[in-house]
Amino acid sequence: MGKKITIEPVTRVEGHGKVTILLDNDNKVTRSRFHIVEFRGFERFVQGRPYWEAPVLVQRLCGICPVSHHLAAAKATDVIVGLGSSGLSPTAEKMRRLMHYGQIFQSHVLHFFHLVSPDLLFGIDGDPAVRNIIGVALKHKDLAVRGVVMRKFGQEIIRATAGKKIHGTGAIPGGINKNLSIEERDFFLDGKAIPSIDAMIGWALDTVNFFKQFHKEHRRFIDEYAAFPSNHLSLVAKDGALDLYHGVLRAVDTDGKRILDDVDYREYLDYIGEEVRSWSYMKFPYLKSLGKKKGWYRVGPLARLNTCDYIPSPLAQKEFEEYKAYTNGKPDNMSMHMHWARLIETLHSAEMIKMLLNDPDLQGTKLVKQGKKVPEGVGLIEAPRGTLLHHFRINENDQITMCNLIVSTTNNNEPMNRAVNWVAVNTISGKPEVTEGLLNGVEVAIRAYDPCLSCATHAIGKMPLEVSIIDADESVVSRGWKNIDGQ
Amino acid sequence: MSKPVIATASLAGCFGCHMSILDIDERILDLIELVEFNKSPVDDIKTFTKMCDVGIIEGGCCNSENVHVLKDFRKNCGILVSLGECAIMGGLPALRNGIPIKECLEEAYLHGPTIEKGNKIIPNDDELPMILDRVYPCHEIVKIDYFIPGCPPRADLIWDALVSLVKGTPMNLAYETVKYD
Repeated sequence: MGKKITIEPVTRVEGHGKVTILLDNDNKVTRSRFHIVEFRGFERFVQGRPYWEAPVLVQRLCGICPVSHHLAAAKATDVIVGLGSSGLSPTAEKMRRLMHYGQIFQSHVLHFFHLVSPDLLFGIDGDPAVRNIIGVALKHKDLAVRGVVMRKFGQEIIRATAGKKIHGTGAIPGGINKNLSIEERDFFLDGKAIPSIDAMIGWALDTVNFFKQFHKEHRRFIDEYAAFPSNHLSLVAKDGALDLYHGVLRAVDTDGKRILDDVDYREYLDYIGEEVRSWSYMKFPYLKSLGKKKGWYRVGPLARLNTCDYIPSPLAQKEFEEYKAYTNGKPDNMSMHMHWARLIETLHSAEMIKMLLNDPDLQGTKLVKQGKKVPEGVGLIEAPRGTLLHHFRINENDQITMCNLIVSTTNNNEPMNRAVNWVAVNTISGKPEVTEGLLNGVEVAIRAYDPCLSCATHAIGKMPLEVSIIDADESVVSRGWKNIDGQ
Repeated sequence: MSKPVIATASLAGCFGCHMSILDIDERILDLIELVEFNKSPVDDIKTFTKMCDVGIIEGGCCNSENVHVLKDFRKNCGILVSLGECAIMGGLPALRNGIPIKECLEEAYLHGPTIEKGNKIIPNDDELPMILDRVYPCHEIVKIDYFIPGCPPRADLIWDALVSLVKGTPMNLAYETVKYD
């Protein structure tokens, strides 16, 4: 009699998810899958809506990083209103960048403090009753408070630029609907109402150092856990700098060889295809030049630091150099280094926010531009967890007739399945008993990739687990809920 | 006296309402003092371990799993609250209600420009829950006691409502706090 382990749910953002692991009679893993079990149908139901609604409609895919969808859709509509992919006024582009770096900052902070720190502070197999953010708040109050205040800072930046912390309306086709007043700017600079941006940069640096210290003490875990070779894809600036808002598309293979050489993302249909598999609502993207089997790639912080040549802010660049030296300049394929890369990006975002806040262009009054309308637009952005693409076609009545979305989590579909399989094969396979700690190990691997999916069930805790025992023909013979305390 | 017990769930929403709960910022630390969490992403409890005073639901019902979770909440919570647009009216996902679900699936998996030509696979595995014919607001499935509007409801509104509910005090609903945007 074989067994099936189900870990469910791994819910929302692009959908609810769960993991199934099949074991044979000797408890050897024969198959593992990471399923996305919910379906929305955005591609169809936005058809017929006017294109200018896209930035506020489509962001409702995800309440965890709505700014990313808001901006990706806005960039696609910039093209539609005739501005090409980079024709915004300086005020509009910089307001959007400020909004975006505020979003990256809050999302990365949420991921590290609220989701990941419990695993680091209490251990993968630590007591599940305290292995959550409440446990962190009770035992490491200063750390928890910092996480809360840093996230608040990022959310306030979003409010100042988008009008609202969640599902704002700041970006419109061809520009932005407000600039930043001096009062709004000083709120972030003077440290009176909330700690200043300088404090944020200092705390972000502290967090990088916290992780580096943890790495020193747990080198094997951080370097080996769920590590595997892959291709990496992201946006980079035209000069190769890390750029999360705009640029060209670059991909490298596991050795660092360019396999996508700084192409215009509006031509993405020439380079990227998607495979459908029957057991998940999430598609499997791949680079067409390499085919379905070899063309899959990773996106997100790890991929971005593998594709870019440098980071255009001083403190983050210094950390980047140390980070690159660890792999002798070669691409980093270690899944758990995603956290290191993410924290370097957090520091970079804080530095970018400071630079932008001090830029007088933000008080400019040229907010919107318009050119000659075209019937199609593609927008692409680096969301906190990776490359995000929106593509719309419209008719003569300005109604959307086609919508294609490739979201970050989808880009990481195959990698997350690989990570789950790594944990299943390396830690669960052959063990006489599958403990709660081992199953949390599966979640730890997913968590490294996808703050959104983790947020869904994990915003302030961790996933519940359901274990089913099934016989060889996969019918369930017994089932029991496995709670945090293993009951 | 023991603390009031709270449970939360996200169904067919975007998790933005849960994010808005987090936007109470430093008051999260007060909340931990004020209430005890049962089944919720907050604390890993998968099945209800006791009756809860307040259950908070984000999102409507778009599949069989959502309905199952919602009924479980009704059974185990004294007061059930619909939090946000999707729980109250189906919200944005309910835009699909006028469209046959088959068309939505075909658009996503057969017609998309990145889908390989000739693909005939639409996800249908036994591991995937049954999709409902349309997206239902929570009060069409079970009785809901309170509704907190907004997309998402503002953090201050959520905080005031929670404090009033667990302390049993009347709620001062200032006009400008009730927003539907």
